[in-house]
Amino acid sequence: MNDRVMKSYRFREEREADWQALDRIVTRAEKRGVKRLSDEDMLALPRLYRQAVSSLSMARSISLDQNLLAYLETLCARAYFFVYGTRASMGSRIAQYFRRDWPDAVSRAVLPTLLAALCLFGGGLLAFILTMQDPEWFWTFNSGWDSRNPDAGYDYLRSTLYTEETNIADMLGAFAAQLFSHNSTIAVTAFALGFCLGIPTTILLIYNGLSIGSFMAVFFSKGLGAELTGWLFIHGVTELFAIVLAGAAGFMIGGAVAFPGKKTRMQSLRDTGNQAALVIMGAVIMLFMAALLEGFGRQLINSDMTRYIIALATLVFWLAYFYWPRRKGEAE
Amino acid sequence: MARRKVQKGSDETEARREALRRRDMRVKEQERQARRIRPLVTPEGAALNLRVATASERAGAFLLDFSILVITVIAFSWMIAIVFSEMGFRGWQIAGSIAAVVIFILRVFYFTFFEIGRKAATPGKRALGLRVAARSGGRLTANAVLARNFMRELEVFLPLTLLVMGSEDAIGAWIRLIALVWAGTFVLFPLFNSEKLRVGDLIAGTMVIHAPRVKLKKDITSAEPLATASQHSFTTAELDAYGIHELHVLEDVLRQSTPEIKAKVADRIRNKIGRETPQTPDDLAFLEAYYAALRARLEQRMLFGERKTDKFDTR
Repeated sequence: MNDRVMKSYRFREEREADWQALDRIVTRAEKRGVKRLSDEDMLALPRLYRQAVSSLSMARSISLDQNLLAYLETLCARAYFFVYGTRASMGSRIAQYFRRDWPDAVSRAVLPTLLAALCLFGGGLLAFILTMQDPEWFWTFNSGWDSRNPDAGYDYLRSTLYTEETNIADMLGAFAAQLFSHNSTIAVTAFALGFCLGIPTTILLIYNGLSIGSFMAVFFSKGLGAELTGWLFIHGVTELFAIVLAGAAGFMIGGAVAFPGKKTRMQSLRDTGNQAALVIMGAVIMLFMAALLEGFGRQLINSDMTRYIIALATLVFWLAYFYWPRRKGEAE
Repeated sequence: MARRKVQKGSDETEARREALRRRDMRVKEQERQARRIRPLVTPEGAALNLRVATASERAGAFLLDFSILVITVIAFSWMIAIVFSEMGFRGWQIAGSIAAVVIFILRVFYFTFFEIGRKAATPGKRALGLRVAARSGGRLTANAVLARNFMRELEVFLPLTLLVMGSEDAIGAWIRLIALVWAGTFVLFPLFNSEKLRVGDLIAGTMVIHAPRVKLKKDITSAEPLATASQHSFTTAELDAYGIHELHVLEDVLRQSTPEIKAKVADRIRNKIGRETPQTPDDLAFLEAYYAALRARLEQRMLFGERKTDKFDTR
C-alpha cells in the first residue's frame, strides 16, 4: 500500500515549496527588516501569503498531520503580522510623534490638563498661604529631613540658590539625581494610577503641590522670593508642566473608565489609553529636559535675570508647541 | 477455573474504567486548551487560531527580561567602574551618575524598544515564543506599546519600591502593608481574566499570544518507505481500532521517542489488532506502515464528514 495516493500528501507536495519560500521571506524580514527584502520577494509576498492562508484552511479539513497543521498555523500568523503590521521605520515614527502626534494629543486634552493644573497649583497656593501665615504648617506638609526649612537662616537659604564653583561632576550628579527624583516618580505614578477613576492622581497632585507651596513660602517669608522663583522656574516650568500633563493623562484614563459614554468601558479605555500614552511619553521627555536644565543650566547660570528669561522662554515654547493651531492632516 | 475467569473479567472492566477516566481527563484538558484560543479572521476571510499566552509563560518571560535588565545594569556599572579605576579613581561621582542615567533609560525604554520592533517581543518573550498583538486583530501601534509599558511602572516598580522602602514607625508599616496589598492586586490581575491581560494590556488594547516557531518536519508517510514496510498491510477492521487522538500520539512517538518506547507501542498495537509478534520484530517499519494506513483511513473518513476522535468513538 503506497501512500502516495493519500490526498493530504499530494496536497503538501504541491505547496511545500511555496510555504518554505514564504517562511524564508518572513524570517528575513523579521531579522533584518523590510528594506532588506529584494523586489522579487516583495512582489511574491502577497501571493505566497494568500496561498499559505488558503492552504491552512484546506489543511484543517483534509490533513491529520499535527506537525503540518502547527507549522501552517504559525507561518500564517507570522506572515499575517508582517503583512498587516506597521511599516513605518523607527525614524519616521519618531519624527511623526514630534511633529504631529504629541502636540495633537496634548491639545486635545485641555480639560484634563486644566484639572491637573488646578490640583497641583491649588494645593501649592493653599500650602503657600497657610505657611506664610504660620510657618508651623510647613511641618505638616514636609518631613523633617530637608535643611531648607523655616528654622534656617537667610544666608544659608540664599547659599542654596546659587552655585559658587561649578564642576562637571556636580552637574552630572544633579542631573542624575533629578531623573530619579520624587517628581519623575510622581509623574509616572500619576499616570498609572489614573486607572482608579483618577482619585489617586488627584491626591498625588495636590500633595505634590502642597510640598512645593510650603517650600516656596519658606523662602518668601525670608525675603528671598524673587531669587527662589528664578531658581525654581528655570527648570520648573518644564518639570511642573510635565507633571501636570502626566496628571492629565491619568485623568483621561480615569475619565474613560468613569464615563465611557456610548462605547463599552473596555473600548473607551483602549481608545483613551492610546492617546494618554502619547501624552505621558511626552511628559517623560519633558522631565528629561527638565533634568538637563536643572543639572547644567541652573548650575552654570547664576544671574536671576537670565534664569527668568529662560523660564519665560521655555513656557512660551511649550505653550506654542502644544496649542498653536496647525493645519490638520498635513502629515497623513 | 470459573473463578479465574471472573477474576479476569473484573480486571478487564477495571482497566476499561481506568481508560475511560483517563479519556475524560484528556477531553477536559482539551477543552481547557481550546478556551485559550482566540480566533482572528483575516481580511482574506481565513481564521487564524491565536493562542493566548498562559500566566506562567508570561511570568517566565518577565523574569527573563528582568534578569537581562539587572545583568545589563551590573555589567554597565562594572565597565564604568573599570574605566574610572584606569583613570586613577577620580570622579566616582561621575561614574555613579552615568550609571544612574543608564538605569533610567533602560528602565523606561527596554520593553518599549523591543516591542515596537519587528518581532513585537522582548528577548524574554521571544525565548518563550510569545509576542504582543492588538486585541482587535488590527495593527499593533507604537502608542499601544507605549501605553502597556508605562503601566508597568504601576505593576512592577511600584510594588518593588514598596517592598524595599523602609518605614520608621508602626503606622508607616501598616500603610505600607495596605499599599502593598493594593499594588498586589495589579500584579495578580492577569490571573483573574480569561485572556490573561495585565492592566497595561487592558489600557493599550493588546494581548500576549503564544506563537512559537515550528519547523516543518518530513511527512512520516513521505519519507522513503522502509524496504520492509510494504510487507505490512492492514484490513479496515484493523484500522478502525484507533481514532485521531491515537494517530497523533503515534505521530509523536514516531517523531521523537526512543527505540524501546517504539517497541512497546508496536506491541500494544499488535495486541490490540490481534496480531502475533513476529520472530524478528521490524517495529519501525510496522509503525510507519500502520501510521500511514491509519492516517489514510481517517482522512478518508474525514472527507465524508466523520471525525473519529479516538478509539472510544465508535460509529
